[in-house]
Amino acid sequence: MSFVPGQPVTAVVERVEIQKLRQGENLILGFSIGGGIDQDPGQNPFSEDKSDKGIYVTRISPKGPADLAGLKMGDKIMQVNGWDMTMVTHDQARKKLTKKREDVVRLLVTRKSLEEAVKHSKCSYPKH
Amino acid sequence: ILENQNVFKFLVVERSRDRHKSRSKDSRSEKSVTINTPPAEPLLGDTAVRGEQVQDDNWGETTTAITGTSEHSLSQEDIVRITKDLEDSVGLDCRRYFTRTLAIILGLLVFLTPLAFLVLPHILWPDKLQSCGTACEGLFISVAFKLLILLLAVWALFFRPARAGLPRVYVFRALLAVLVLLFVISYWLFYGVRILDSQDENYQGIVQYAVSLVDALLFIHYLAIVLLELRQLQPCYSVCVTRSTDGETRHYNLGQLSIQRAALAIIEHYYCDFPVHNPALLSASKSRAAKHLAGLKVYNVDGEFPAAPAEGPGNNAAAGIAHSQSRAMIAAAARRRDTSHNELYYEEAEHERRVRKRRARLVVAVEEAFTHIKRMQEEEQKKAPGDVMDPREAAQAIFPSMARALQKYLRTTKQQHCHSMESIQQHLAFCITNNMTPKAFLESYLTPGPTVQYSRDFWRARQWTLISEASVTSGLKDGTIFLLKCVDFSLVVTSKKIPYIQMSEEYIDPKSHKFVLRLQSETSV
Repeated sequence: MSFVPGQPVTAVVERVEIQKLRQGENLILGFSIGGGIDQDPGQNPFSEDKSDKGIYVTRISPKGPADLAGLKMGDKIMQVNGWDMTMVTHDQARKKLTKKREDVVRLLVTRKSLEEAVKHSKCSYPKH
Repeated sequence: ILENQNVFKFLVVERSRDRHKSRSKDSRSEKSVTINTPPAEPLLGDTAVRGEQVQDDNWGETTTAITGTSEHSLSQEDIVRITKDLEDSVGLDCRRYFTRTLAIILGLLVFLTPLAFLVLPHILWPDKLQSCGTACEGLFISVAFKLLILLLAVWALFFRPARAGLPRVYVFRALLAVLVLLFVISYWLFYGVRILDSQDENYQGIVQYAVSLVDALLFIHYLAIVLLELRQLQPCYSVCVTRSTDGETRHYNLGQLSIQRAALAIIEHYYCDFPVHNPALLSASKSRAAKHLAGLKVYNVDGEFPAAPAEGPGNNAAAGIAHSQSRAMIAAAARRRDTSHNELYYEEAEHERRVRKRRARLVVAVEEAFTHIKRMQEEEQKKAPGDVMDPREAAQAIFPSMARALQKYLRTTKQQHCHSMESIQQHLAFCITNNMTPKAFLESYLTPGPTVQYSRDFWRARQWTLISEASVTSGLKDGTIFLLKCVDFSLVVTSKKIPYIQMSEEYIDPKSHKFVLRLQSETSV
């Protein structure tokens, strides 16, 4: 999940679609993010590579929209509604997630277990 | 207790201390010399002197020093006897007076020489002599003042009370005295041959000659300052001094000194820095050591008596048997299940507790006693002259209330022989006079202070013996080891050279101190 400058980032991603919940004036998603290119990557507890400045999910409110949609703590968000999340500041990420006009956010998230699942499936079905 | 019948064969005999000591001393063939440190006598003391003064310092032995192993490889009683003898011996005093008279003669010779140079022409050939012009008379003033400065300088450097009597000649002083003597003799020779014999008329030349003599003497004095005082100021060696009885260690930095002068400096530091030697504290470990081997007795089972005369092969056999016997004893002691460590631990814990309790009682008693005393102001004194006391009486008044607690504490910490009742009262009066708090009064009793703190009769060890394998006038080197022995204990001194320090610099631009903020924020969406 770390990037090599100049090379495209490849990852196995999962599509997660979250319906925003209306709470009074606000539309909430029910999770917290951490990370960003303006933050200190060494303090991120979820990243494998401590120089990874991507956006990570740090907390999920139980029974919130994100939880129901299947988002897990420690996921790295790669895209939000088509917007790239791998090279954004913390504030830009927050803005992309909390647009008032959008009711739904479609995230592409990646996590370690996805890679392993793909590897397992590759091994089980040998190539012809 | 017989442990193993095969191993023990002979009776264990305690070797006498005398034989043991002399054997070890002879085999090492070390030179032992005596340093006397007389207490407060200003006129006796140091060894060689530089000359050029009417002074108090001693000339060291120009003859032989007290060397030789035979004199000092003796038992304790003999050492004490010898110290007593030396203190009233005539030989030592003769040496001191001899050196002093030599120094006085040299000093007079040196001071009177320029004056003699100036006066002799007037006495011997006054008619032939050119009259002294202005420049010449100016030189008289110069000679007078330079002699005065020389006198003051010599007084400052040499007219000091001698600190100690060192065993050997003080090399630098002896060399300087010889230099001065040769110098003055050569000037006299020149004067005698070229001026007295030929009866030179040029008086100004003679006066200039005398002035040059005084100048050169001042320069020799400068040399004396550098050699005697300045050279050893720069620290060069770090010496580690350990007391043999209880392991107290201190480290000092010394410059380039001869071994005997280094020993003197160390002894002076010893009196100020080392806590006083308390033999009562050592008895515990001695009794433990005695207990270790007390339970073992070795019996002769096989019937070979060691009483046979030790000649030829019998001697070797006896030595070999003694070796195996001591090894057997050590093995047996190790095998025996020893619980003395347990006893030591609990004994020490108990002692600690007892000391703390007594100390608490003492502190409270003293604080209470001090509250009874109040200093009277001047006006109050005039108003109520009834019950006024001076410090000694005040001390005597409050002493009884704390005496018992103090005595118990001193007994527990085994310091009761260091302080007499009189000295305690004196100290109390001193503290009251100087407005000291109870804590300040107690400080000298709670911890054992340096030897300086106690009364004069505590400075028992005024007689020190310097034991060294190298010659005591040779300089300190890296790895020099010598011993300073006194009656009760000895100080082991080792010296190490202070390494050459290579220092480099690194410049930091004050504007280069810049910081960034590193955050990790968490936002909930």
